[in-house]
Amino acid sequence: MIFTIALRELRTLFLSPLAWSILAVVQLILAFLFLARVELYQIYQPQLAALDNAPGVTEIILPDLLGNAAIVLLLVVPLLTMRLVAEERRNKTLALLLSAPVSMSEIVLGKYLGVLGFLFIVLALIALMPLSLLLGGGIDLGLMLAGFLGLAFLLAGFAAVGLFMSTLTQHPTVAAIATFGALLLFWVLDWSGKGADAAAQGNWLAYLSLFNHYKPFMEGLFSSADAVYHVLLIATFLVLSIRRLDADRLAG
Amino acid sequence: MNDPVLVEVQNVSRYYGERPAIRDVSFTIRRGEVLGFLGPNGAGKTTTMQVLSGNLAPSSGRVLIDGHDLLDDPRAAKAAIGYLPENPPLYRELTVDEYLDYCAALNRIPKPQRREARETAKARCGLKDAGRRLIGNLSKGFQQRVGIAQAIIHLPPLVILDEPTVGLDPIQIREIRNLIRELGRDHGVILSTHILPEVQATCDRVQIIHKGRLVLNDSIEALAHHLKSATLVAGFRQAPDIARLQALPGVTAVQAEDESRVRIFFDPALDPTDAVVRLATDAGWGLHEIAPEKLSLEELFVELTASTGNTTEAAA
Repeated sequence: MIFTIALRELRTLFLSPLAWSILAVVQLILAFLFLARVELYQIYQPQLAALDNAPGVTEIILPDLLGNAAIVLLLVVPLLTMRLVAEERRNKTLALLLSAPVSMSEIVLGKYLGVLGFLFIVLALIALMPLSLLLGGGIDLGLMLAGFLGLAFLLAGFAAVGLFMSTLTQHPTVAAIATFGALLLFWVLDWSGKGADAAAQGNWLAYLSLFNHYKPFMEGLFSSADAVYHVLLIATFLVLSIRRLDADRLAG
Repeated sequence: MNDPVLVEVQNVSRYYGERPAIRDVSFTIRRGEVLGFLGPNGAGKTTTMQVLSGNLAPSSGRVLIDGHDLLDDPRAAKAAIGYLPENPPLYRELTVDEYLDYCAALNRIPKPQRREARETAKARCGLKDAGRRLIGNLSKGFQQRVGIAQAIIHLPPLVILDEPTVGLDPIQIREIRNLIRELGRDHGVILSTHILPEVQATCDRVQIIHKGRLVLNDSIEALAHHLKSATLVAGFRQAPDIARLQALPGVTAVQAEDESRVRIFFDPALDPTDAVVRLATDAGWGLHEIAPEKLSLEELFVELTASTGNTTEAAA
């Protein structure tokens, strides 16, 4: 049942030009940044070769690509998630789901997985860029795997926040702006702490920052604490979404 | 009347904040029965429909559908209903077939049977040739039909239709009414409307809701009885003599509408229609029209609410 809903979400996305334009724009911008970075590597290759223990091509290109991807997607995900519930509420199509023998959790999870499916397509397209380097040489697949796992977690978190914001309103634009604001806030929380070891200093604001839990992944470090942070973030916002829709039914 | 009870609504109230939308509403629907839910705008029809369909939780009271409590066992209860809200919940970017397949899947029809369910629903709603068209491009009437097809695709025991004929042309209205009658043969149907003739044309039983309270729950024959008022309207070619009309037995008052039309109020026990006709022919007034005046829906509400007001006062 969850997959029925997820599949419809995904299909609807591709029926509108929105999904295609997002795929195109994201790919174009990231490809440009990626190529610029590759060019930079080519320029400095002779100097790097002279160094002992020089960073490899993956280490130079990948964190940069992942960082850019995160920023671009931070702008794009709100546009994808804004319509999930808000638009159905506005078009009064929510009644179809609510009167079907489907539970609220199934509705929320279905919608979430639908948008997640799309984000993973974006992710796969981004992954093709560093993978294309395999044509001309070797890359550090372990580093890449960790990096993209981090990006996947990050996108899943973005989508959960976006879904929740979409359940709050019937205006998709309001949902988009709220999502964007919330994500940006989560992102910049670490500026108050200055530095990654802020957590050690007991700066809980910095500890909450999404960025601080994404950076280790970009550097190829998989830490279960960071993974748990993302899972908790996702679960929290999904539960909040379910509660919010239930409250709709109770309080009208 | 001995068909099994499909829906039992027990003392349901629903508040929006402080404002009550429906108050202490109880009724039942049996299989094979078309129940008309009649009320002016804002009376609580849609709220009742939303509570029945599980879109709103009642503030108090409970709803049993096919024996399942809507709050305790929502999945089983919701499997037994098909719901067409006031605005049909259509995804405009899908084709009719895609949309109905999705609805079939949502209602847990096993995959091999979905195609057949979809085709049956389409045939019943006159959508045979519309399968590949985009819902967004269909006319309002066809969209309404898709909405009904969506509600009956899983052959639910109970079909809830909220104002199904709004915005349709007269031919479509007739088709939809026929469809509703047909549905009423093997489903329970509950239908809300603010159009009195619609209820008379399609329903077996009628409920009237006014300001959130049920003020009438009766068969359609009984409704006809309520609708008859103790008034005659008569039209004459020559101006009649009001005094002579007034003198007839049973006539309580005569009111001249204009030169040639009068409204005659009478005592329901003594129907003076025959006497009026006889007097008119004897006097040569040229009677060309005489009819008992039917109450409009608004007048019916006034009468019903006034009378229930009286009985509650009497009870208190």
